[in-house]
Amino acid sequence: MNLGKVFGETYELLFQGLQVTIQVTVLSLLIAFVLGLITSLLGFSKTPLRWISKGYVWLVRGTPIMVQVFYIYFALPQLLQALGYDVRLTSFMAGLITLTLNAGAYMSEIFRGAILAVNSGQMEAARSLGLSKGQAMRKVVLPQAIRICLPSLVNQFIITLKDSSIISVIGLTDIMYQAKIYVGRSMESFATYTWVAVFYLVIITILTQIAKRVEKKVMI
Amino acid sequence: MTAQIQIKNLHKYFEKLEVLKGINLEVHKGEVVCLIGPSGSGKSTLLRCINRLEDPTSGEIIVDDVKITDSSVNMNNVRRHIGMVFQQFNLFPHLTVKENISMAPLELKLKTKAEADDKAVELLKRVGLLEKIDVMPRQLSGGQQQRVAIARALAMEPDIMLFDEPTSALDPEMVGEVLAVMKELAAMGMTMVVVTHEMGFAKDAADRVLFMDEGIIMEEATPEEMFSNPKNPRTIEFLNKVLSTK
Repeated sequence: MNLGKVFGETYELLFQGLQVTIQVTVLSLLIAFVLGLITSLLGFSKTPLRWISKGYVWLVRGTPIMVQVFYIYFALPQLLQALGYDVRLTSFMAGLITLTLNAGAYMSEIFRGAILAVNSGQMEAARSLGLSKGQAMRKVVLPQAIRICLPSLVNQFIITLKDSSIISVIGLTDIMYQAKIYVGRSMESFATYTWVAVFYLVIITILTQIAKRVEKKVMI
Repeated sequence: MTAQIQIKNLHKYFEKLEVLKGINLEVHKGEVVCLIGPSGSGKSTLLRCINRLEDPTSGEIIVDDVKITDSSVNMNNVRRHIGMVFQQFNLFPHLTVKENISMAPLELKLKTKAEADDKAVELLKRVGLLEKIDVMPRQLSGGQQQRVAIARALAMEPDIMLFDEPTSALDPEMVGEVLAVMKELAAMGMTMVVVTHEMGFAKDAADRVLFMDEGIIMEEATPEEMFSNPKNPRTIEFLNKVLSTK
């Protein structure tokens, strides 16, 4: 089935694509971590701000990522242009925004669950020492919550890495996009997609192993 | 001299359940007051109202001349002067013993790192746990954890200490070490309000014992009087029950 020959012809393309995949994933996860944390904290607020948090999570969870990426790449610019703003997004920007908003919403739910899992006595003990709510959150509750949700966070990292392959539909030149182009030329579906799967497997296996070590280190 | 803690006509509801039904209480500087009574009588709720971990429904609480039931009062500042020790210790599991003790003074910028470290050493000596300074809480026994929790509260240099059943979660052989630390604290003149089931501690260390039941202070007396000559029938019934099981 030409596995060897196809690898020889595609590995440069696939590595290029993999770089884009990793770039868009890492960037979006970094921003999504902060976005998710802020969203989860807003969700605990007693002000109307919490409805922004809940509405955002509702919107992301209630729509497929394919719809989200089309909406951000095609629909939003059209709306903005109709309103008189000339906004054009590159497929990388659109992909980054989609993955960030998507992962941010799921991470906020992960954080929310972890914060709730920290014993309420921890917050009380910190407050009884004179710490404000924010100080108690930062010094006592969040450090424990992050440890609790580490396995779920790693899971979200993996999901986002894999979801990035969907962004190829709007022309992001990730590994999936490169593979599709090559298959279009050569008709070597089996060999090409086998290698794509192997690339993903290798990356995710490495990621999982690193995560396991980190987890062992920080467990309390 | 006005009392250090003044509680006037305090009521507390949880939903429709009235847990405190008009509490009046004064605690003077240096006094050790023990709250005893059956579970569900409102002892812990009363204690937790003093540093506003619970918000009273109505009534007045004045601590060190500050009316803490006013909504304008910054409770974070008030709480710095009121230490609290919990039944479940509530040590911070992700911090070492030293960090548990020095975290709040450092975070609130009351001490430099060196001062906070010195204070931690001094306090750990006092509770007899200096050799545990760099271990994590999970490596300590329950009694040791509670002694660290007392040291943590003392690191803020409070002038009032609240104890919420500090020995109830301990194995029996560890109760003594915690009570010893508390007795020393009482002897040094700390104002203490202690919710406890340890009648021995109440007898030895308290200046005054209050018996609470159904959200009311039913009887108030010196320990000698309370334990040798209780007046209220509910007190007699309660003391008979708890003292006969010993």
